Amino acid sequence: MSAPLVIFFILAALAVVGAVSLILQKHPIHSALSLIVVMVALAGLYLLMGAEFVAAVQIIVYGGAIMVLFVFVIMLLNAGEEERTDFSKLAKFGGLPLALALTGLLAATMTRHGASVPNPETAGSLAPTGQISNLLFTTFVYPFELTSFLILVAIMGALVLAQREKG
Amino acid sequence: MVPTQYYLILSAILFGLGVVAFVFRRNVITIFMSIELMLNAVNLSFVAFSQAMPAIRSHKLDGQIFVLFVIVVAAAEAAVGLGIIILTARNRQSLNVERVNLLKL
Repeated sequence: MSAPLVIFFILAALAVVGAVSLILQKHPIHSALSLIVVMVALAGLYLLMGAEFVAAVQIIVYGGAIMVLFVFVIMLLNAGEEERTDFSKLAKFGGLPLALALTGLLAATMTRHGASVPNPETAGSLAPTGQISNLLFTTFVYPFELTSFLILVAIMGALVLAQREKG
Repeated sequence: MVPTQYYLILSAILFGLGVVAFVFRRNVITIFMSIELMLNAVNLSFVAFSQAMPAIRSHKLDGQIFVLFVIVVAAAEAAVGLGIIILTARNRQSLNVERVNLLKL
């Protein structure tokens, strides 16, 4: 087995273990820490694919900013272990078979039609960050500007939602 | 080199695990985290497809740009969603989604 394949399997196992741990942990803070493991493993996979900029953004934005936000909210609300309630019969009995069916369907489609996807011809070549910024400010400049609006609206929405009621 | 299919199958597995977490967890914060997990799984297949594209094509990096946009939307969603979570937790004194049933018949 070649070195990239070994690295892939280590990182993939790390990601899957983290995701399973996210499901099994009872306390939300443990789930959040498992999710950070998944995100760091995915950043490693992006590096393996040569997407260095995406890997850096993954660590900074997902592993850093978003997860810090989650951990803050968990601590702010003093979330304890979740209580087990069984109000929804559909989720209890139908959930696992349907989720397994969905995963099987996705994986089967990926394996059948993914065979026509070519494998990358060069190993370990990094995508130049300059090219990404070039594309971002020429071809994708309108979506890029729209995301700034989106962030502005999100900031205002979060402020309005989280403020205390007056009076 | 790692075949592109391996990445796609890993992406499908992670997405499925995200769905399972979404269906089975009761804590609204954990459910929100499983949404992030599903977004991450989709990002993985975006980058895998982008990497699989031949280098001559001018659209080779489009997948990575899409990932950046998905990350921006996820960040905005996390900010607004967590605001909503704080609001509901303050009003109902509970993080259990089955106790937030105002719209249920």
